[in-house]
Amino acid sequence: MTVANKSMSLIVTKGTLDWAYPPFVLATTAASMGLKVTMFFTFYGLTLLKKKLDLKVTTLGNAAMEMPMMGMHMAMPNLLGALPGMDSAATLMMKDLIKKKGIASIEELRDLAIDAEVRMIGCQMAMNLFEYQASDLIDGIEVAGAATYIESATQCDINLFI
Amino acid sequence: MSKTVLDVKGLNCPLPILRAKKAIKELAAGGLLEVIATDPGSVKDFDAFCRQTGNELVSQTEAGGVYTFEIKKGA
Repeated sequence: MTVANKSMSLIVTKGTLDWAYPPFVLATTAASMGLKVTMFFTFYGLTLLKKKLDLKVTTLGNAAMEMPMMGMHMAMPNLLGALPGMDSAATLMMKDLIKKKGIASIEELRDLAIDAEVRMIGCQMAMNLFEYQASDLIDGIEVAGAATYIESATQCDINLFI
Repeated sequence: MSKTVLDVKGLNCPLPILRAKKAIKELAAGGLLEVIATDPGSVKDFDAFCRQTGNELVSQTEAGGVYTFEIKKGA
């Protein structure tokens, strides 16, 4: 039983450091298991296709976000998380944990996805909306709309919205 | 037959699988790959990976938090 000729598509709608992981982890893993993978990047997910990534995480509005600290887990009340510098502190901390725990960076996973010939489509509407040019995005991607995604999704065994 | 050894100790999901996939690609059919990992999640993952990709998980052992997988490349 192998997955020859199986395929997966993902709609990627979020562009923060934490939300960037699930789509790239699943896409690279599926590709390594022989699936044909298509990723459609729309709204804030589109920023994950920018040439230079500078991903951030915010504690705001994320009551479930607990960071390991001194053997405990610490959450951040919104009132404190809104203070200047808190987002960059949280981002630094998360990136530090990622490195320490041997977790790939998003840049690394994106390169692996490109190497594995994952088909990446940037949403034309999101590009128009947020005023991005093709030259802002990495090479080798397509730019297209919903119909292109839907056509691809009709051929896929797994379709995910993230 | 010679065996390729891949050390992915300290790496977390999905890197052990991705590195293993790359190493298997370099092997001839029937070639052996030994993967040494510390991610406990890799136990179930290598099982699923091999089942889905037509490679054979020949053996799987654990000693002191280090997992060793022996994978035989499928035809």
